[in-house]
Amino acid sequence: MGHPELAAKFVDNEDRAHWHDKALWFVREKRDRMAKSVPEWESLRAFAKQIKTNTMQNLDVYLEEFEKNATANGIKVHWAKDDKEHNEIILKIIQSHNATKVVKSKSMLTEECHLNPHLEAQGIEVVDTDLGERIIQFRKEPPSHIVLPAIHLTKEDVSETFYEHIGTEKGNADPTYLTRAARAHLREKFLGAQIGITGVNYAIADSGAVVVCTNEGNADLGSTLPKVHIACMGIEKIIPRLKDMAVFTRLLARSATGQPITSYTTHFASPVEGGELHVVIVDNGRSPILGSDNYYQSLHCIRCGACMNTCPVFRRSGGFSYEATIPGPIGSTLEPSKNIAAHFTMPYACTLCASCTNVCPIKIDLHQQLYYHRQDIVEAGLLSPTKQRALNMAGWVFKHPKMLDFGGKMARTFVPFVPDFIMYSSLNVWGKYRKMMDFPKKSFKEMYVERKGSK
Amino acid sequence: MSSKEAILKSIREHKKDVSIGLPDFSSFETMKFDNLFEQFKNAVISVGGNAMMLKSIDELDEQIKALHPEAKRVISNVNGCNLSSDNGSSYDTPNELDSVEVAVIEGGFAVAENGSVWIQNSQNRHRALYYLAEHIVVVVKKDEIVPTMFEAYERVSLDEAGYGTFMSGPSKTADIEQSLVIGAHGAKSAFIFFV
Repeated sequence: MGHPELAAKFVDNEDRAHWHDKALWFVREKRDRMAKSVPEWESLRAFAKQIKTNTMQNLDVYLEEFEKNATANGIKVHWAKDDKEHNEIILKIIQSHNATKVVKSKSMLTEECHLNPHLEAQGIEVVDTDLGERIIQFRKEPPSHIVLPAIHLTKEDVSETFYEHIGTEKGNADPTYLTRAARAHLREKFLGAQIGITGVNYAIADSGAVVVCTNEGNADLGSTLPKVHIACMGIEKIIPRLKDMAVFTRLLARSATGQPITSYTTHFASPVEGGELHVVIVDNGRSPILGSDNYYQSLHCIRCGACMNTCPVFRRSGGFSYEATIPGPIGSTLEPSKNIAAHFTMPYACTLCASCTNVCPIKIDLHQQLYYHRQDIVEAGLLSPTKQRALNMAGWVFKHPKMLDFGGKMARTFVPFVPDFIMYSSLNVWGKYRKMMDFPKKSFKEMYVERKGSK
Repeated sequence: MSSKEAILKSIREHKKDVSIGLPDFSSFETMKFDNLFEQFKNAVISVGGNAMMLKSIDELDEQIKALHPEAKRVISNVNGCNLSSDNGSSYDTPNELDSVEVAVIEGGFAVAENGSVWIQNSQNRHRALYYLAEHIVVVVKKDEIVPTMFEAYERVSLDEAGYGTFMSGPSKTADIEQSLVIGAHGAKSAFIFFV
């Protein structure tokens, strides 16, 4: 199914769709207030873009520098070409410790690689420890948003899920009560775990350190209680210098949730006492994007989710409608860059309003990229024949001004008399979610000539 | 070819050859605050924590007792805090710190713009202490407040401790219907004293 069909399912529940829209807009407004409170905000965005551009053009150099410094710090660095190798490396580390209990904190990369099912098939218990992630893990759902994984659920849904899985009171949907219950349940899991897996927000080349940002403290417990910490990162997570962190820590949480900084911004440059720290560096289709004139900037993304919170389509269609690991505007460029045939409806889930580009802390030209993808999709012949025919016809008419004038006149004369049962019949796909406007008497061109007296 | 070589080769084949250097922050003008402590206090309150300026370290024990009158298991690595002789480093495993109610720890410096404190403590044995304790109390020297993260990172070094965290208030989540709940997996409260 593509985005239109899945979005139709989401909007079927009108109350929930409205709630989703409002909840995300609220986050967007918090982001605006935070951004406006920092006078040098635009300079920070420009710095971030400059740092990321420099990083990508020297990515091989920085990755090797990171490996060298991290290794000197006692960190074990692994390289994985793709998802399969990533999962195998992690499984091997776990098995080398005869471990069966893993706690994991939020990582979109491990979602992308489908790590959990791979480990579970080997009899390993993997517990997602971010509250939202734990909820959806119980429900066997993927995250619907990269920062707010359970934003598609109501507190009543969560209450029902927790009642079933951790024995909370039936019908008690108080968020504090549910959060405390999850805290107690997960504290046991943290204390019993042998391995902690986390994502990586930044890997600092000149320090050989990785940085993980969370609010709940789950990544921190998961990386400090077990003896073994495995941190997974895409190649694009590198930043050159420790001091560059100043720029990103000031942008990330303000853009993501409207907080001044995450509760914990933790720097790891060594393992815990007597333990091991592994970093797995993954390509999985990223490096070819470096060479694309149109799409290279998508690798600059720091996964704040601001583009999703502002997107009028995301807010109204939900994360699941994109059917991809990364949804929303940034996902709609990253996913087709890797596999255009599987994700060709995503770049159309966009009004080209450019709001995503305007809020992006790294100034990624998101809407522009979605526009380019649409051209690639047409080029690749992926559009449905109906849409393709309609586009061809429109293209022909626009190339023939006389036909356009004539067509407009015909439409203004006859369309108002088209009865509703034809206008909104199943044969007219256009009329499915749209209401026909009232036509003006004259075209713009006619009015212009009347006022100016010439063409 | 190893995976490392394959990845680096692919990067070299695809990366763009444009010459853009890294920014120099040395002359960059960041936000200024009239009163760093007041700004820090407002920021930390906005993230669910609190802060207080003490006249002298002698007030510390009393203030902590007022905050946590019922606390039985207290850990402290702060000179001048006499509420506990246990600094948390004598245990073989961090799990033994699970029932700690209050951890009183030394903070390196505070950041006014966002209410965070740099926690490093190269002598502390179990990093988990900061996240296991029900409540956290951080003690920072009163002139150790910087305005923004730019000044903060000038002071950060990972060389000795190999670890460090900026902690901003208590742990929190809004994963259930966007309702903010203070006290997720880490500390349920955070209080920063300046002495």
